[in-house]
Amino acid sequence: MALKIVKGSIDRMFDKNLQDLVRGIRNHKEDEAKYISTCIDEIKQELKQDNIAVKANAVCKLTYLQMLGYDVSWAAFNIVEVMSSSKFTYKRIGYLAASQCFHEGTDVIMLTTNQIRKDLSSPNQYDTGVALTGLSCFVTPDLARDLANDIMTLMSHTKPYIRKKAVLIMYKVFLKYPESLRPAFPRLKEKLEDPDPGVQSAAVNVICELARRNPKNYLSLAPLFFKLMTSSTNNWVLIKIIKLFGALTPLEPRLGKKLIEPLTNLIHSTSAMSLLYECVNTVIAVLISLSSGMPNHSASIQLCVQKLRILIEDSDQNLKYLGLLAMSKILKTHPKSVQSHKDLILQCLDDKDESIRLRALDLLYGMVSKKNLMEIVKKLMLHVDKAEGTTYRDELLTKIIDICSQSNYQYITNFEWYISILVELTRLEGTRHGHLIASQMLDVAIRVKAIRGFAVAQMATLLDNAHLLTGNTQRNGICEVLYAAAWICGEFSEHLEDPMQTLEAMLRPKVATLPGHIQAVYVQNAAKLFATVLQKHEGETDSQAAQETSQLLIDRLPLFVQSANLEVQERASCILQLVKYIQKLQQKNVEVAEEVTALFAGELNPVAPKAQKKVPIPEGLDLDAWINEPPSESESEDEKPKVVFAKEEPKHYRSRHTEVDEKELARRREVRKQEQANNPFYIKASPSSQKVYDAPGVEHIPVVQIDLSVPLKVPGMPMSDQYLKLEEERRQKEKAERKKKEKKKKREKRGKGRKADSGPESEEDITPAHQVDIVTEEMPENALPSDDDDKDPNDPHKALDIDLDKPLADSEKLPVRTHRPEVLKSPAEDRDSKSVPQETKKKSSKEKKEKKKDKEKDRKRSKEEKKKKKKHKEVEEELLESQPEEAVQSEETKEAAAPPTSTSAEEVTAPSSAAAVDTSSAAAPESEPDEPKDTEPEDTKSSKHKKKKQKKEKEEKEKKKKKRHHHHHHHGDAGGEDSVQNGTVEEEEPLPPMSNYSLLAENSYIKMMKEDAEQVYDIQGNHQDESKVVVSVIFENKSDSFLKSMEFNVLDSLNSKLQRPEGAGPHDGLTVPFQLPPGVSNEARFVFSVQSIVMPQKLKGTLTFIVKSDESSTHEKLDFKLHFTCTSYLITTPCYSDAYAKLLESGDLKGSSLRLEGINMPFHHLLARICFHHHFSVVERIDSCASMYSRSIQGHHVCLLVKTSDQTVSIDAKCDEPSLLGNVLDEIKQTFSKC
Amino acid sequence: MIKAILIFNNHGKPRMSKFYEHYTEDTEQQIIRETFHLVSKRDENVCNFLEGGLLIGGSENKLIYRHYATLYFVFCVDSSESELGILDLIQVFVETLDKCFENVCELDLIFHLDKVHNILAEMVMGGMVLETNMSEIITQVEAQGKMEKSETLTLLFICQSMRQSQASRFSSKIS
Repeated sequence: MALKIVKGSIDRMFDKNLQDLVRGIRNHKEDEAKYISTCIDEIKQELKQDNIAVKANAVCKLTYLQMLGYDVSWAAFNIVEVMSSSKFTYKRIGYLAASQCFHEGTDVIMLTTNQIRKDLSSPNQYDTGVALTGLSCFVTPDLARDLANDIMTLMSHTKPYIRKKAVLIMYKVFLKYPESLRPAFPRLKEKLEDPDPGVQSAAVNVICELARRNPKNYLSLAPLFFKLMTSSTNNWVLIKIIKLFGALTPLEPRLGKKLIEPLTNLIHSTSAMSLLYECVNTVIAVLISLSSGMPNHSASIQLCVQKLRILIEDSDQNLKYLGLLAMSKILKTHPKSVQSHKDLILQCLDDKDESIRLRALDLLYGMVSKKNLMEIVKKLMLHVDKAEGTTYRDELLTKIIDICSQSNYQYITNFEWYISILVELTRLEGTRHGHLIASQMLDVAIRVKAIRGFAVAQMATLLDNAHLLTGNTQRNGICEVLYAAAWICGEFSEHLEDPMQTLEAMLRPKVATLPGHIQAVYVQNAAKLFATVLQKHEGETDSQAAQETSQLLIDRLPLFVQSANLEVQERASCILQLVKYIQKLQQKNVEVAEEVTALFAGELNPVAPKAQKKVPIPEGLDLDAWINEPPSESESEDEKPKVVFAKEEPKHYRSRHTEVDEKELARRREVRKQEQANNPFYIKASPSSQKVYDAPGVEHIPVVQIDLSVPLKVPGMPMSDQYLKLEEERRQKEKAERKKKEKKKKREKRGKGRKADSGPESEEDITPAHQVDIVTEEMPENALPSDDDDKDPNDPHKALDIDLDKPLADSEKLPVRTHRPEVLKSPAEDRDSKSVPQETKKKSSKEKKEKKKDKEKDRKRSKEEKKKKKKHKEVEEELLESQPEEAVQSEETKEAAAPPTSTSAEEVTAPSSAAAVDTSSAAAPESEPDEPKDTEPEDTKSSKHKKKKQKKEKEEKEKKKKKRHHHHHHHGDAGGEDSVQNGTVEEEEPLPPMSNYSLLAENSYIKMMKEDAEQVYDIQGNHQDESKVVVSVIFENKSDSFLKSMEFNVLDSLNSKLQRPEGAGPHDGLTVPFQLPPGVSNEARFVFSVQSIVMPQKLKGTLTFIVKSDESSTHEKLDFKLHFTCTSYLITTPCYSDAYAKLLESGDLKGSSLRLEGINMPFHHLLARICFHHHFSVVERIDSCASMYSRSIQGHHVCLLVKTSDQTVSIDAKCDEPSLLGNVLDEIKQTFSKC
Repeated sequence: MIKAILIFNNHGKPRMSKFYEHYTEDTEQQIIRETFHLVSKRDENVCNFLEGGLLIGGSENKLIYRHYATLYFVFCVDSSESELGILDLIQVFVETLDKCFENVCELDLIFHLDKVHNILAEMVMGGMVLETNMSEIITQVEAQGKMEKSETLTLLFICQSMRQSQASRFSSKIS
């Protein structure tokens, strides 16, 4: 062994270490990839060596290469090897590599469970720390489930260093294994008041993170946090708490009211900008949550805004940025307070820092009003011209459109101006937002009927100058607007002054260079224009011109018929044939215009974006039901039905609109009128300023006199600025007029609800330049007015939406490592414990059944269940495969030999006591009621327990499954005994759970339970001949009094000594690092040093403690005996069969054998028992024969050959230390004599 | 939550990357490139916050960075972190590196990647801030360094004793 180390360290001198690798890479700048690939080859060689130092060095280099982007997942197994090194140096390298490259898909992760568990319970705090850090990066649901309990125990570790890490990692565990949240929460809460500030901060951190996602479950913690906030001086903690309050206040306004004062105080007192900023943020959240209009809070708003102004004015760009960010939050509820700082914000628009400009833009959104919209947009347009980068310019563009279109164009008083802005925006080069502008153009033209004339004229100009937009390939994004322009010109062609010219523009050969979907629109709308032109000419009886138009189309359309785009081709050839036919008719002098126009008759109404979603599903229609059986599992499940629907959807809703009849239209108009009357933002027309326009189906729409002095015809460049001036004048005029009217005591009442006071110009006083009818979007008739924003169903945090105030149910306990039965274990319990895996097995078989049943209905769920089943199986397998410490998902913690004191009375209180002891560490105390010895109450008890469990499952699963569950659980109870008697159990049968907690001592006050000393370490270095054993003891307070000042003392023997802190005498007791309130239990660990391990040992000890009740406090003591068996010195060590064979051949080992009669358990159970209770691992198994291996902490090899026939088991054993072997065999015999 | 911590130099060469969510190596490199692209084109005297890149998390996340001489330290965080707090944390990180390496420079980080990771592990764990107190961080880092050293010393000691015993065996053979 030592020779190997030497050899290794000599080898190592020739290996490259990390520094050499880095140097090498730096020296091979030209052929870096080649150099690295040779390095990787070297690393592969190094990993093949046995020496751990070489391996660790290789893994360390891999970590560096991983950072450079090389996939190193192939070395995952080697990383696990390095992780399991006993040397901290290597272990740390291994864990670092694992944390960098392991993830849920890494399959070797499942091999690490036991290693991590061992490291977690290491006496060296840094081993534990490294394991926790690593685990935090690669924890998987399986790891989380198996290790949750170990980590939870660490949360009460004596070292704050471990405690804080354990607390933090719990968040990751919760995410991966949500079931652990409820059982762990009480302890997490406890940590909020940990004496160590680091632990406290970690706990605050975790709870804040949890509460952020599901705040309502954490409201009950508010008082505690409130206390912390007022007492803590740690800014980090304060910031977190204050942020948390920000998340909580929207749910509980009363909390908000309470918060205002301390927060205001903090704002005034703190010098830390970060804290100040978070306080302001939370005050804002509070103010938002309190329905506005609380007069006494306006001071708070003022304070916030004023502080933010200071931030924004600061020269530090970071503060400026954050100030703007917070300002935008105030804006939502108190726009007035922000608007007064408009100057400051506009100033920020000129800042050189893009982040700041973007934030300022956000603010602008909320600051516009009817009054200043034009002015602000003008300023933004200036920025658009100046903007250097396209990203910022695009951002500006979207912001302009957002600002203008917000709340249904609420602030736009002059749509001509808006159209001009949109047209001006088309001049932007290389913008990505062509489609956005296009959709705005379409939206405005469709919904604002009054503007159509103007819009059409502008669009015609655009089409005419299309070459300006398409000329440069870089401008491709913007050509989308031509789509809108063509459609508008076609659809509203009656407004065109010179349709012929537009038609020609649309049929230019250059159009063929546009994208297909735009060409298609061109062709279609050319046909519409054609109809209009025909009608016009026939009205003027100008048949010559009409025929010329037809000829034009016939000449130009073939170009499109040849298009590569199918849509264009199809439309063009249809229309071409149609035009040819029309031409024939024209030559016969038949009037066709009427009929051609009829092709495009009817008006298109805008449809609300959510309309389709709101169509109620008719009763009896199950959209999730399969129409046909899905073909096979391998095909992706979601894809198929979606495609079907995507195709059908548009069909449905298009037909809706064509079917709308006159009556329906009238009805809708009524509804719309009603709606508009109730809409405060809808401005009613004032009859004086409108011309009546009579058109069928159209309301009285005011039409504006277009000022022809505006140079509309400037190609593609309408001057939006002009409107600003015009608008000013118009407003002035209107104001004057209104005043005049006022004086005359107006004869006519103005529009409903319109104020007409002559005070300073207020928002309402600004009448739009022309009345607009913003057509409301259509919705299905009986749409449900629900506005549910659907959350992402894949959000991992959704699973953590768990009620934490409910008392903890028995069934929710964390899975604990299955425990070994101890010396005094009663048969009744053994039987009881048997029923548990029975149940898990039943469950999985049930799931199998269910899976089949639900297959058609819900494939996804069945998949999940399959996964679950797989997990169950895995657990079973792992147990078999020599991983005795593997956790079985059983909630029960059986412990040995409780005196038969518990009666049915105690059982009745069981659920409530379980609730009370939720601070308990492992499941141990909670399982206390399960413990009675006599079989009678035991049975009722366990069935009761099952029921409880079932209750929980009921919550989770659907109700219909409940009955089946019920059945199975009861079956499971009975099945417990079956499995024992029935000798021929199928191979699949799961193993009985094994417990390793044994009762140490008990009196009326306290119960001590010892976990079998399984955490055994051989200490490295110079203490070669001394080993350490860690004993976990659970202390449970059984009385109604408070237990404190507990001291644990053991009478040392020559061989075994309790490890006492430095400076303590050999007879001093160890203080137990906690106190126990009534009903609570906790776990403490004690380290013993042991010299010889060949004999079992018994140590006498005493626990002294003070019982403190309301009236009195008394000193009490409890004697106990600690039993160290020989097996507890064995460590499960895997061994390969060839090494095993060599070992047996060597002849150093002395033999012994053992015969066991009347063993009627399946062979794999037998093996699992030996593995579990005696720390062996299976080397090889052939039929009913197996070889097993284990190693003692002092390096003794123990080999077993187990054979079974009928009910006899013979064990041949070899070991280099005969007395150890004899004792181990005795212990094995004892184990099996108990069952 | 902190989503990722990146250190790269003025040319975008990664010096340390720590992702608290899993990405493939290619995506990681892409994220580093994108982040470098976003950060490097910013002036020196602009704010240290940046709307998140497209790759990590998107709009909910923020990049908070500091530029020291040749190195960029970038933290990608979500909305639950305090922006100014993280800026302080970067400062603490850099000062800790400075103490542990005694006048840290880019080369230190290049040649001692593992040590940088170990220091970071004492500050941030699984994306959550573990410790912000510099002296506490340094104490823990040094304690672990000592452990490592004692282990290598033991190893050397064993080597030596082995060599001696070998030598004595050898000499006994001769005699």
